[in-house]
Formats: sequence, C-alpha cells, structure tokens
Amino acid sequence: MKAVCWHSANDVRVETVPDPKIINPRDAVIKITSTAICGSDLHIYGGYIPTVQSGDIIGHEFMGEVVEVGSGVSNLKIGDRVVVPSMIGCGNCHYCQHDMWSLCDNSNQNGWMEEKLFGNITSAIYGYSHTFGGYAGGQAEYVRVPFADVGVIKVPKDLPDEKLLFISDAIPTGYMGAELCDIQPGDIVAVWGCGAVGQFAMISAYMMGAEKVIGIDRFPERLEMAKKYAKAEVINYEEVDAGEALKEMTGGRGPDACIDAVGLEAHGVGFEDFYDQTKQKLRLETDRPHVLRQMMVACRKGGTLSIMGVYGGFVDKMPFGAAFNKGLTLRMGQMHGQKYMHKLLQLIVEGKLDPSFVVSHQLPLEQAPHGYHIFQQKQDNCVKVVLKP
Amino acid sequence: MASISGNEQSNNLEASDKERWASLIGGSAMVLLGLRQRSLRGVLTAIAGSGLIYQGAMKKSTIAQAQEAIGVNQTIKVEKTVTINKPADELYRFWHNFENLPRFMKHLKSVTVLDNQKSHWVANAPLGSSVEWDAYILEDRENEFISWASAEDADVDNSGFIRFTKAPGDRGTEVKVVLEYNPPGGVLASVVAKLFGEEPEQQIGDDLRRFKMLMEAGEIATTEGQPKGG
Repeated sequence: MKAVCWHSANDVRVETVPDPKIINPRDAVIKITSTAICGSDLHIYGGYIPTVQSGDIIGHEFMGEVVEVGSGVSNLKIGDRVVVPSMIGCGNCHYCQHDMWSLCDNSNQNGWMEEKLFGNITSAIYGYSHTFGGYAGGQAEYVRVPFADVGVIKVPKDLPDEKLLFISDAIPTGYMGAELCDIQPGDIVAVWGCGAVGQFAMISAYMMGAEKVIGIDRFPERLEMAKKYAKAEVINYEEVDAGEALKEMTGGRGPDACIDAVGLEAHGVGFEDFYDQTKQKLRLETDRPHVLRQMMVACRKGGTLSIMGVYGGFVDKMPFGAAFNKGLTLRMGQMHGQKYMHKLLQLIVEGKLDPSFVVSHQLPLEQAPHGYHIFQQKQDNCVKVVLKP
Repeated sequence: MASISGNEQSNNLEASDKERWASLIGGSAMVLLGLRQRSLRGVLTAIAGSGLIYQGAMKKSTIAQAQEAIGVNQTIKVEKTVTINKPADELYRFWHNFENLPRFMKHLKSVTVLDNQKSHWVANAPLGSSVEWDAYILEDRENEFISWASAEDADVDNSGFIRFTKAPGDRGTEVKVVLEYNPPGGVLASVVAKLFGEEPEQQIGDDLRRFKMLMEAGEIATTEGQPKGG
C-alpha cells in the first residue's frame, strides 16, 4: 500500500510499504477513504517530537471502511463505515472506564519511555512517535486499529467524508477545550489559534452558552473564517497588542476563559519570540509557550485556562506569579475522543454542526509532501488539508 | 526500586524478628528499603515456616567468599508495584498458575508446574541458550500472597513474592512484586545480568505492565509486524 512516511525534519515521503494485518484479537484493519493533516502533525513534520523514527507512518485523523476484524471484535463487520478517534484506549482500565481515554493505561507498549519523561504512562496515539506507542498512522491506504471494538464509531453512509472525518480529532479537541472552560451565562471566551481546532472550540463555546467568543490569530483567512462560521470577534495579534485588545473587548476585566488551540510552536512578537525561537533551535527549550504566557496575563482574575494545543516537554519563563495571584484554574490534556464521538456525530447528523468549512485543500495521498509544505508555510491560504488515498 | 548489595545470608532469624519481617513483607509500601542488606530469600524462608531450610546459606565456599571480597557476587533486587483494575482473586488465580507467567514475562521461556509446591523454570539466555531451575512455593495465602524460592542447587539462585492488596476506591488491586537474584559469579553471573539487561527494574516494570494489559484488556499492546517505510 501507499503510506506517508516521515524521514527527517521537513522530509515526508509517500512510499510503498506492506499492508497492515491483524496482530491482536481486538484489531481491525480499515481501508482509508479520507485522512487529514493535523496542526500537531506539523510538530512531527518540523522535527519537534522526539522518538519519531525514519520510515514511521504518520497521521492520526482518518476514517474509512472496515476490511478485516480480529477474533475479539464482534460489534464490527466488513463494510462498516467508521471514524477512528486519534487516541488509542483499551476501554478496560480505570481511566477508560471513567471516560478519560487519552490517559489509557494499556495502549502504550512503550510506557517506560513516557514514565521517564512524565512520571506516568498516557495513551498511545496513531502515528505520533514511539514515546506514544509507535503505532503506524493513518495517512495511508490502510491502517491497523487496535482495540477496534471500543476504538471506532460507525457512521451513516449518506453523509460525505468531510462532515465526519473531524470527529477523529479536531472537533473533540475543540469541544473538550470549551467544555474544560465550564462556561457560565455571560462568559466571554478567548481562543488563541483559528485553525481547525480553534474554529471548533469557538463554535462549541457558543453551543455551551458563551456570551461572546474572541478568536486570535495572525492569518487573515483564518480570522475571516472565525468571523463567518464561528461568529467570533477577532484579533490579529500582528496588528494590535492582543492583551490590550482583549482588555478593551471585555470591559477591562479580561476573558473569563482562555483556550490555547496553538501549542508548542506558537509565534510571538518581538524579543520574546526571538528568545523562544532561539532556545528551541538550540534545544534548550522544547516548546515555545508564547500563548500560555499571554493567556496567564490576559485572563480575568479567577478565570480558567484551557490548554488543548500540544506540549511535549519543557517550557520556561512562565509568568506563574500572574497565574497564582490571579487564582487561575489551569485545565488541559489530550482529548478523550471516545467520550465525545457519539454526541458529536449526533450534532452532525441533526445538521447542528457542519465542520466541512475548515477544509481548504483536498489532495491525493501522493501529494502529501506538498500538503505538509503549504500547511506549514501557510501558503495558498491553507487551513486544513484532506488527503484522499 | 532496585538495589544491588553484597550477598549477605540471613535465614537464621530469631523468633522475635519474624513478626517484624512478616509485617514488612506483608504490608510495607517499600519492602527493599526495610530489607536493607538482608537477603529476601532468608526472610521469606524464615517467615514461611514451611520447613524448607536453606542450608546453602550457612556454608559459604571459599570461592564464594573470594567472589564476595572482590565484589563479583552481587545480588539483584527489584521491587515494583502496579494497580490493576481487577479483583484480587482473579489476579491471584492467574499468577498462581506459574505456567501463565511466560505469557507476559519476556525473559521466561516456560514454567512447568510439577506439583502443588514444585515447578520447573526455563529462561532465555544469550545466544539462544537457556538456563533452568526448580522452584518451590514457600508460602501461599489465597488471594493475598505467594512467595517462592529456587531449589538449593539451582544455577540461578532466586526468590521472590507477589502481594495483592485492595486499592482504595474502585481502582482494583495493588500488585507488588519483589524479586532477588543471586548470581553465583563467573559465566552465570553474566547470564543473569543479560537476562535483566542494564536496568532490571525497567524489565520487571515492563513485565508487570504486560500482566496488567493481559488482565485488563485481554491482550498485550504491540506493534510487532506492522508496516514501516524504508
């Protein structure tokens, strides 16, 4: 089959590799019909995620059709159309049973690596380094899905892929980002990053009763999208000081909740940006926490920071005094796809949510390297790339 | 936690000590810390009161004494705990059939249960060879505790115990494993060292994680055999 393989920083190639097969009883094999490049794939593409090995198949947003099931999977049959959440959960451990699927105890076979870094083991993620389990990803013609009996959602055949694909990752990430804000009537929610996750976080915040949602980015096409589809007010942080603008837009209080939909490759302005870019390049700091710093200062007293953008290691120069003295609540984590997928599918089936607006590019799988390049460089107004095997 | 210490033998415990050791083995969160330089085998044998007396402990050969003096004869001690989302009786039953252990302990090739006390163990050794030994159950408390030790003449002198304690809340069972290996020096010492790699603690930790996967998820997570690019 054809698959997108990572080789080194900024070098991914479409290669011919063996087809995946059933390895464990609870496995299924899926023939992929659509697979997307996630903003967090750009962290891998750029070489910021350690323990990705040359030749690894990447990609964690995908859907398709069941072509083979293991002996332990009785609830799926060949031909079922399914979407696969990006975090792999066993469904049996204490965390999965409490709907915290991204904290699964049992899906990550390389737990010792994570235990050394993080003190504990979290779930495996498709195509997201050996620290996160080393599973082959879904930017390919076929993929092996472990724990398939609990790890996929069957979807109706009469809706197009573009409406369903993002149940795998981008929508639940945005949705959980809003949910962690515990939105109350009258709340103003600011969202850093107007990519796919940011768009879905803004839409979700309104669904949960936010009074006003503010989107922050630097790309005009993404800000336009936030205005048009998420009905957000917007700030271009390259044109105005985002912190001051937020104060003015919130009666001098600051937003009640702030969502980070950017993560470890944030761009700032001025000296601070230079500092983080330099430290990250010299590997003195693994993550660039510009958004985190700004959220801590911008948020109102007693407010909530909801962190959905991916961080992998160490950050420094955090204004922790601001967070402490203002009594902020920090909530964060990889999303729990299996917890949200049924609710999200229902919203889509009922026509209350149409996520297809985020797709800016649809390319054949063979053009994945081009897709990565334009997404990373934000060329051609690229917001979201969907690959068709 | 893992520690390496000199091979001190100590099965001749006073009766008054037994209670203290029994409470350490049966209830302490950090057994090796409490054990310090004591041999696990000696303590397990003494508190088991099973009638098995480890004579070898008392008579050290000249070679053994020399090995100790130059630090060749070292003990590997490992202690690891994992919480498993299953009731203790289920975990105890699975572990108690030692023939199940090679399913999740990577260095074991096979275990054959010979009778209700004795079993025969075969472990993978470097270069495709293997090492074998007989082991005896020292103490067996249903759903709570099993301790065992290799027979006196075993090439790889080892002992250990597993303890099952109900976890707080609805989290299942806390499973603690403590192992002690006394490589006799020479070729076999290097064999034992290779069995456990550079980090015996990590290997036992991985074994316990696989035990947890098998008991909770019914299978062990793996990517062996999946495709990869060139």
